Amino acid sequence: MRYLPLTDEDRSLMLLRMAADKVDDLFVDIPAAKLLTKNVDLPRAKSELEVERILSRMAGRNVVASSVPFFVGAGAYKHHVPASVDHLIQRSEFLTSYTPYQPEIAQGTLQYLFEFQTQVAALTGMDVANASMYDGSTGCGEAVLMAHRVTKRRKAVLSGGLHPHYADVVRTLSEMSEDAVVTLPPDVAASEDLLASIDSSVSCVVVQNPDVFGNLRDLTPIAEKCHSNGALLIAVFTEAVSLGLVTPPGAMGADIVVGEGQSIGNPLTFGGPYVGLFATRQKYVRQMPGRLCGETVDAEGRRGFVLTLSTREQHIRRDKATSNICTNAGLCSLAFTIHMTLLGEAGLKKLARLNHANACKLADALADVKGVEVLNKSFFNEFTICVPGDAAALVETMAQKGVLAGVPVSRLLPGDAGVRSLLIVANTEVNTDEDRAAFVSALRASI
Amino acid sequence: MLNNQGRPTQPGEAQAYTPRTFTSNRALQMEEALIFEIGRPDTSGVDIEDAGEFKPRLGGMERNGEIGLPGLSEPEAMRHYVRLSQKNYSIDAGLYPLGSCTMKHNPRLNEKMARLPGFADVHPMQPQSTVQGAIAVIESVAHWLMELTGTRAVAMSPKAGAHGEACGMMAIKAAIKAKGEAATRRVVLVPDSAHGTNPATAALIGFTVKAIPVGPSGQVRVEDVRPLLGPDIAAIMLTNPNTCGLFEPQIVEIAKAVHEAGAYFYCDGANFNAIVGKARPGDLGVDAMHINLHKTFSTPHGGGGPGAGPVVLSDRLAPFAPVPFVRRDGDALRLVEDEEGTQAFGRMTAFHGQMGMFVRALSYMLSHGSDGLRQASEDAVLSANYIRACLSDLMSLPFGNRPCMHEVLFDDEWLKGTGVTTLDFAKAMIDEGYHPMTMYFPLVVHGAMLIEPTESESKASLDLFIATLRDLAFSAKRGDTARFSGAPYLAPRRRLDETRAARNPVLRWTKPEAVLKAAE
Amino acid sequence: MSTRYTKEHEYVRVEGDTGTVGITDYAQGQLGDVVFVELPEVGKKFGQGEQAAVVESVKAASEVYAPVSGEVVEVNSALEGAPATVNEDANGAGWFVKIRIANAADLDSLMDEAAYKAYCDSL
Repeated sequence: MRYLPLTDEDRSLMLLRMAADKVDDLFVDIPAAKLLTKNVDLPRAKSELEVERILSRMAGRNVVASSVPFFVGAGAYKHHVPASVDHLIQRSEFLTSYTPYQPEIAQGTLQYLFEFQTQVAALTGMDVANASMYDGSTGCGEAVLMAHRVTKRRKAVLSGGLHPHYADVVRTLSEMSEDAVVTLPPDVAASEDLLASIDSSVSCVVVQNPDVFGNLRDLTPIAEKCHSNGALLIAVFTEAVSLGLVTPPGAMGADIVVGEGQSIGNPLTFGGPYVGLFATRQKYVRQMPGRLCGETVDAEGRRGFVLTLSTREQHIRRDKATSNICTNAGLCSLAFTIHMTLLGEAGLKKLARLNHANACKLADALADVKGVEVLNKSFFNEFTICVPGDAAALVETMAQKGVLAGVPVSRLLPGDAGVRSLLIVANTEVNTDEDRAAFVSALRASI
Repeated sequence: MLNNQGRPTQPGEAQAYTPRTFTSNRALQMEEALIFEIGRPDTSGVDIEDAGEFKPRLGGMERNGEIGLPGLSEPEAMRHYVRLSQKNYSIDAGLYPLGSCTMKHNPRLNEKMARLPGFADVHPMQPQSTVQGAIAVIESVAHWLMELTGTRAVAMSPKAGAHGEACGMMAIKAAIKAKGEAATRRVVLVPDSAHGTNPATAALIGFTVKAIPVGPSGQVRVEDVRPLLGPDIAAIMLTNPNTCGLFEPQIVEIAKAVHEAGAYFYCDGANFNAIVGKARPGDLGVDAMHINLHKTFSTPHGGGGPGAGPVVLSDRLAPFAPVPFVRRDGDALRLVEDEEGTQAFGRMTAFHGQMGMFVRALSYMLSHGSDGLRQASEDAVLSANYIRACLSDLMSLPFGNRPCMHEVLFDDEWLKGTGVTTLDFAKAMIDEGYHPMTMYFPLVVHGAMLIEPTESESKASLDLFIATLRDLAFSAKRGDTARFSGAPYLAPRRRLDETRAARNPVLRWTKPEAVLKAAE
Repeated sequence: MSTRYTKEHEYVRVEGDTGTVGITDYAQGQLGDVVFVELPEVGKKFGQGEQAAVVESVKAASEVYAPVSGEVVEVNSALEGAPATVNEDANGAGWFVKIRIANAADLDSLMDEAAYKAYCDSL
């Protein structure tokens, strides 16, 4: 077995050293009746070549995003990632190291986390950010729990523009922790009256911007009403690139910002691993979940970095911890920070503008298709269209014509008959004029 | 032409001299500034096509002003991150004996497979007909996990170990609710030796935590559990093999007692790597157990994630598994995303779990096979016991010199009177080129040192590690405290001031005041 | 004025009906560098033995329990910016809260200085 360096001779010598006859002498604590005497009923070891064959065959049964005109978004986005990002994250010292518990020999990880935290804080317009969460949706659940700790209230209000899966994650967690959740109905037109739901019993309001349907929202009035009622505003985003062009939540009064960072640096990978971004105001930092990296000095006075404020965390606070989170999304946050550093301020703004310009072109082209209506007044790189008939069936038909057209809202909100003709369409810098033309002609041919 | 510039080709006499360098660099070990100190807002390492003129449709929500993001060209970025990387220890560079963390070799085949476009470049919300291969990967990993654990259900979506714990405990809470006992069964039993995530998870799900004392052998005894069981107990959370590196010998009796009391048995599977192919948790009476794919199945730790934490479930909990899950419809595979018509307790995350980690884990499983997985467990246990046998004359074992599982636990009894602490000893290991073992955990042992060598070390590597620890131990006992008290001396940084970091947290870079003033 | 001690190493210094509560010098020595103190709000009421504050070092968080029942009349907000005061002067400037003592009889269950010293020596 190529991964196991011990030889049979080594094993015998080692057993001899501990005066054991056979390796099972070391498994004495396992009840004899439960000790397996033969291999589990699974295939035997395989060579690299054999494994490559099997997995390549499985990979070959998927339609690759880059191989077709591709407009699927709704929480995960196809962007171009520079080749250097993937090369760097595969450096042994990043890939095969543990959480930086020994700061003297983990300054590489710690410094990039410090840089990552600063980038996320700047991007969101907030004071501080943590070293990442699992993904945007779980970060959203954690944000609600944090708001409950800060306000000592236990009722969250979820906007109808919040990604339905994010809302599901919050509802599941809240049901378990026995906290109240009010979910507003799906709000395709961004016209809901959130203000009416805010009173002094509310802990937090969760609003997504751009929302799941692609609309841009001004969060300022919501923040004001939240604050006058002692509640917190949690702002969510699923498309990090939007922050290069759109007013950041920090400038609109958000108290906690959570988002999905996949767009920057990370491939689609069928939904994970991604990277959750989490930022807040300085005064709430001790209520934050997750790891935090801070600056300090070493015994010789040189600048260095450590994990800090650990007393919030499970390994010290146990059942009184702010969260049970342990592992975060280390390598995905590294991919994020490298890509962001490569883009820089100028690159990010340019990228965001290109995304928006491309989406505008697509919206114009689709508005010309008979029977199709673009529902958004405003958007970044994603919007919702209304099609004749069933959007899910249309997506299947178009897939057979070699175009991946978007996400039918009915997939996110199963059982809601009111959304069956709605389709969420994303358009990033990867889409060309030819892609858009292919979309339009496949759409025309399918409705 | 005669070359009359002949230069010396022998090293000459060695001199004792430590130069102070102008750059503070030490040859290959480079100091590196922050990107905010070396980058510029107008520099970019990515060439992006110009969008040209168009009418924006942002509804007046355009961002104004500077964001504060520095940029680097590609060569500058390469240098920055390569230099940072060189300040990190890694498994690829050396033995990484962090107990309970399982720092085993990460096969590069797994990385290559995860990067196949058919896996890396597919969207979670593509029509299911276009991702049958991806769903098949989820189903295959699930099949392996169920076979290896002797269970018939697994929730694949949890994103890491602690997330898996939450998932398992949610399934338990849902099952309790379904029996109409939600109001009464509110207490979860957790031994003092547990990982901090266990009590934190139980509290997260709205349970209160009651501690189980750990017996004198470092193991939980059924007679200590029985008196705690009653109609108020929802579940017990046990780690097996436990955090002292020992298998719980009474696990079957404990499971039986827990079930008879109407409660559930959650097993923390962080140490499953010791028993893969040797025993199946399902056979032992476990109702739910998360599996850290980044430990047992060697998806890389990546400096703190991403992990993956699928949870195997007993038949009693299976109906409550969260969406999405895979169903087979004839030849086709289907991801069930709609809770309607199921007893699913809800949803753990936006999409389908850590696909990238599933591919790596499957690559690892296929490579090892049932025979290799079993051999890996045996080698991991053998290596830990070899270290125990070779150090037990010098270092003290809190529970006696008896076989352990995949990790061996020492305490600091043997350091008494030397002036050297567990922390000092660990830091001195850094100078010797080793990552320290897990220290001060589990909490039930004073000055704990938990060593997990894994199956990835050759005998020569283990022998050198043992010889190094013996040399350090002799040194400590001889009173050579200077080797320890200021260690590490040779790492990129000396010990860091954690008090300062916590008293005045600096969690982000800010522009130096002089720059701000000048800008005004 | 007299000072009384708990087994959890809190002290209460009694002046009239007010008790000044902090952690003992022994406790600060065990904790190591104090990095943060979480204090209750003025007006909050505690029963004897209820959690009143949290004191954190780098690697530990310890609960501080009210040695006597009563209402918080003042908190030492200076600790917020200078948690090291707890290490430097636990019995003096490093106090946590002042409590209006609800039930003077609570003091009877606590140790006096001599008893507390003997207790620490026994640990």
